[in-house]
Amino acid sequence: MNPHALSLPKAVVTLLAGALFGFGLSLATMVSPEVVLGFLRGQDWGLMLVMGGGAGMALMAYRGFPRWLARPLLGGQFLLQPALWSRKTLIGSAIFGVGWGLSGVCPGPALAALGTGNSGVGWALGGMVLGALAHGLTAKD
Amino acid sequence: MILIDTLLPSLFPFGWQHYLLGGLSLGAGVALLYLFNGWVGGMSSVFSSTWSFVSHKAFFQQARFLNSRHWRLVYALGVVLGALVWRFALNGGEAQTTSVPAWQLLIGGFLVGYGARLGNGCTSGHGICGLGALQLPSLWAVLTFMATAFMTANLMAWSLA
Repeated sequence: MNPHALSLPKAVVTLLAGALFGFGLSLATMVSPEVVLGFLRGQDWGLMLVMGGGAGMALMAYRGFPRWLARPLLGGQFLLQPALWSRKTLIGSAIFGVGWGLSGVCPGPALAALGTGNSGVGWALGGMVLGALAHGLTAKD
Repeated sequence: MILIDTLLPSLFPFGWQHYLLGGLSLGAGVALLYLFNGWVGGMSSVFSSTWSFVSHKAFFQQARFLNSRHWRLVYALGVVLGALVWRFALNGGEAQTTSVPAWQLLIGGFLVGYGARLGNGCTSGHGICGLGALQLPSLWAVLTFMATAFMTANLMAWSLA
């Protein structure tokens, strides 16, 4: 049984969860590369509040729900694999940061640009699609 | 109070409330996905898992991508819808624009896509989900990409000045 199997109720929740994510990114102006680059240049610390608020909610969810519930409300299992630290994580994160600092766009805001109608950010989305392809085609495992 | 009156505007020249509210909203999305479905909602995996529909390369045909590729696409579609709701409900419906040059967006985006997949996570996967799960590797990943992003953004600002 695939614990990632998508039933109709789970699809509805997934769509709603994504919508809350995209709405939050937009409300926090993270969909604007100028705001992200302003943070990276030390002009505005808002991104710390966005990441802090998001991580705080995630912390409560990941700590709380598995303690109170045997399984997720729509069945399956709570999936939380430990992140691994390796040379690949280090190099990949360093490359990610260079691209983020160059464009001011990361994966969530790139997807959200399809909703905000920011055609310029569409270039970044296209770049990510190709970058992920290049990674997969050259990956050794 | 002097501290709050002077510190807040200098740290947050555009105000701080919308940042916190936005962060709580996207965090609520992550929490909802976990509560009902048990899934961890990072954003960059969809860029690999969706290629599994097209490419027969062994990397893309791994179980972790095949198993989750449907919900990840639905999740990404939700992000688009949420941004669309914000645009028409709160921002007057006007399409957004950016002054960042296309070449920076395209090349930067390529490096973001390649790096996030090599490093197994991005600002949401490591920054929000990983930190929320108190995973040390994610903390190292966040510190690493913050450092290289700070350097790149400042180098660009300096070289164009």
